[in-house]
Amino acid sequence: MKAAVLQFPGSNCDRDMAVALEKSGFDVTVVWHKDASLPKVDLVAVPGGFSFGDYLRCGAIAAQSPVCQGLVDHVHAGGYALGVCNGFQVLTETRLLPGALMRNAGLKFVCRTVGLTVETTDSAFTSGYTKGQIVDIPVAHHDGNYYCDDETFAALRDQDRIAFTYTENVNGARENIAGVLSENRRVLGMMPHPERAIDANHGGTDGQALFRSMLDQLVSA
Amino acid sequence: MDDPKITEDLIAAHGLKPDEYERILEIIGREPTFTELGIFSAMWNEHCSYKSSKKWLRGLPTKGPQVICGPGENAGVVDIGDGQAIVFKMESHNHPSYIEPYQGAATGVGGILRDVFTMGARPIAAMNSLSFGAPDHPKTKQLVNGVVEGVGGYGNCFGVPTVGGEVRFHPAYNGNCLVNAFAAGLADADKIFYSAASGVGMPVVYLGAKTGRDGVGGATMASAEFDDTIEEKRPTVQVGDPFTEKRLMEACMELMRTGAVISIQDMGAAGLTCSAVEMGDKGHLGIKLELDRVPQREPNMTAYEMMLSESQERMLMVLNPELEAEARAVFEKWDLDFAIVGETIAEDRFVILHGNEVKADLPLSELSSSAPEYDRPWVPTPAAAPMADVPGVDAIDGLKALISSPNYAGKQWVYEQYDSQVMGDTVRKPGLGAGIVRIHGTNKAVAFTSDVTPRYVKANPVEGGKQAVAEAYRNLSAVGAKPLATTDNLNFGNPEKPEIMGQFVGALQGIGEACIALDTPIVSGNVSLYNETDGQGILPTPTICAVGLIENLDDAILGTARDGHVLLLLGETAGHLGQSALLAEVYNREDGDAPHVDLAAEAAHGDFIRANRALINACTDLADGGLALAAFEMAEAAGVGVSLDASDTPTLFGEDQGRYLIACSFDKAEALMIAAGQAGVTLQTVGKFGGTDVSFGGSSAPLAELTETFRSSFYTAIH
Repeated sequence: MKAAVLQFPGSNCDRDMAVALEKSGFDVTVVWHKDASLPKVDLVAVPGGFSFGDYLRCGAIAAQSPVCQGLVDHVHAGGYALGVCNGFQVLTETRLLPGALMRNAGLKFVCRTVGLTVETTDSAFTSGYTKGQIVDIPVAHHDGNYYCDDETFAALRDQDRIAFTYTENVNGARENIAGVLSENRRVLGMMPHPERAIDANHGGTDGQALFRSMLDQLVSA
Repeated sequence: MDDPKITEDLIAAHGLKPDEYERILEIIGREPTFTELGIFSAMWNEHCSYKSSKKWLRGLPTKGPQVICGPGENAGVVDIGDGQAIVFKMESHNHPSYIEPYQGAATGVGGILRDVFTMGARPIAAMNSLSFGAPDHPKTKQLVNGVVEGVGGYGNCFGVPTVGGEVRFHPAYNGNCLVNAFAAGLADADKIFYSAASGVGMPVVYLGAKTGRDGVGGATMASAEFDDTIEEKRPTVQVGDPFTEKRLMEACMELMRTGAVISIQDMGAAGLTCSAVEMGDKGHLGIKLELDRVPQREPNMTAYEMMLSESQERMLMVLNPELEAEARAVFEKWDLDFAIVGETIAEDRFVILHGNEVKADLPLSELSSSAPEYDRPWVPTPAAAPMADVPGVDAIDGLKALISSPNYAGKQWVYEQYDSQVMGDTVRKPGLGAGIVRIHGTNKAVAFTSDVTPRYVKANPVEGGKQAVAEAYRNLSAVGAKPLATTDNLNFGNPEKPEIMGQFVGALQGIGEACIALDTPIVSGNVSLYNETDGQGILPTPTICAVGLIENLDDAILGTARDGHVLLLLGETAGHLGQSALLAEVYNREDGDAPHVDLAAEAAHGDFIRANRALINACTDLADGGLALAAFEMAEAAGVGVSLDASDTPTLFGEDQGRYLIACSFDKAEALMIAAGQAGVTLQTVGKFGGTDVSFGGSSAPLAELTETFRSSFYTAIH
């Protein structure tokens, strides 16, 4: 299975994401933001960091990069995409996922390991968990306060597209939403960093199942 | 615009003393131009020239088989085996942080990261040591908020994990906060880049961000005391752009792989001036710069402004001209400036051209080698008066007093604002003593710690200096690491006062003795003097950061205490309460002598911990707050109660040095006791873990209640 990790100036979790994907068995290519065409891959991962310094609005400038046209084409063709932290912000800015990530309610950057409830197992990303399972995954963000309007929220809820919620109020996100799926369930955006919980030395391995189930599902697809 | 005339006032405004100006006249044989005066001022200020401290810094131990590069370069380099090296340094950004806390702290982090990646090392860890005034002082809250956000704002965006640090409060810092930033990077031992230029006629290349008017004269500002004109100094503080720094780092890493770099130097204090002179001086060459070619952020900048600008995220490099196209392509990829601004010349001159005019023409080597050096008068710090009696305190009340103080409360509010896990190799996060980062792709790791107890240094500079090194050594040993080397960040008051100079001399003596005894040479460092406001100096604060090696992570001591574990105390307890945290927090007293450090015992105890790490589940060193605070912190981290047999104040709260607390099973405790007998070290059972209470002798309180206090007091104190 092939994966591409996008690299913007200011990305700083690109290597971490590549390591997590490789450890789970993906063949990973890192793709520079100025490349308009993506290689043929099964999964595109948009990593965390501060693309373009988070200037203007997190993810907004990255969303205008040539490589994001490739990302949109990939998704419209039914491809899989995972966006973590700044990657989630890029996915909302490209409108591949609904909603927006606003400044944390506490107005401070927050870095700690938090509990997440797995809200749905009906996706390639979450099928390795059980519904209602609580997993420990680190967060590290300044703008993770997920917002969407009532109509969008109702759709997310009714279509079972809320992937994860925080077990506590971490950043003021609507209904504690930590991650959401696209309508075809092939795009996941989430603020917490599963790639920081794949190794006993990280202090926890609850992120492993996400990468492994992705690989399993893609192989069987 | 014409340059201003050189007058006595102008000379004084540049921080140059009359005798120093005389020396300039002697060296160049004529009146300097305005630009030349600025250049001398930049090179000869305390911050860049170390003129008051150099004499004493020479006495520090800097060598050892583990040292690849000692002081004098951008950062120190130590060998960690397998052809790899750690490059590290700590540097202060005290004065700018007090004037503009967010940008001052942010650019402090930026500066130290640049020092590390200039040498070819990718930064893998950061720490910071912060000292603020009294929590209730009107300026403290703003400083704490701004500094912590600035540190996080820069480091988080750059993408380096912040894995440790210190935060302290004391009224002596009311007028001068301290912001000491540490960074460490990983490099191949045979691919370290140095600053010495070589070859005549080689292009001098300017890299990174454009030059603006920010920070003009910053280094000179940082070498003066503060008074009520401080607000006017705000324009001397630089503005940081971590996004540009991240790109600059990635571009430099790629550039270094092309083989195009002959030498490289970051532009820090005194910007273009200091970096160019350094490269020329080390390579025994002259440098000619054409300022019209310098990428500029704003129009009509003068030669003076360009030479003294401290705009951030810039580098100067001597380029192998055959690889210019490759080098340029890397910088174009990252959308950064790349401009040839001059060349190396055979004559020992520093020539600055601007608009077809020679703005400066100075003997280059004398700019740095002839910098003034002072043997400032000093008096030894008098021995502390005998301590008055210390009344006993209920053990739990004493503990509550400590953990209610922001000095000893949990620092979550601070370190949760720092990304501690980016890069995916953080093994031990902040808040538990030494931070640990794995060497990417291996099972090897490096441990980092930052320590100093300023009250001790003030009472007894020699013992206080030793103690800072010893505590750093212990923090590394407690995780099973072998301490390799240190960096020192020496923060003191006005060196023109003999008693301040005496603190400096004494502390350096202690630091030197400890670094020799514990085999942790000093490989880099920074001196910050004139930390005074209206004549009031700070507590002498020689921050020591140490780096240790864990050859195999499976051997590290990373566990937590468990229900049923025995609590063992390694080292002798005499109950030394002088200058203790208990005295300060409960009785508001700072009297008595600092605890003395037995360096042979420190070494023996560190070796004992490392030799027996397989028997140890959890370990911490004893420092401020003694046995009581260390036992509580272990219990809090584990979420399990603890009981100590002792209840008397000196045993629980004394701060005797050279001690560790160990948690392990009963069987392993027996084995450790036998090992201790053989090693000739003192090891005794002092309590056990279990239940839900913290009990010291007959006094107890629920762990949950104490934990709540411990975790909320910091926030409460500064809000």
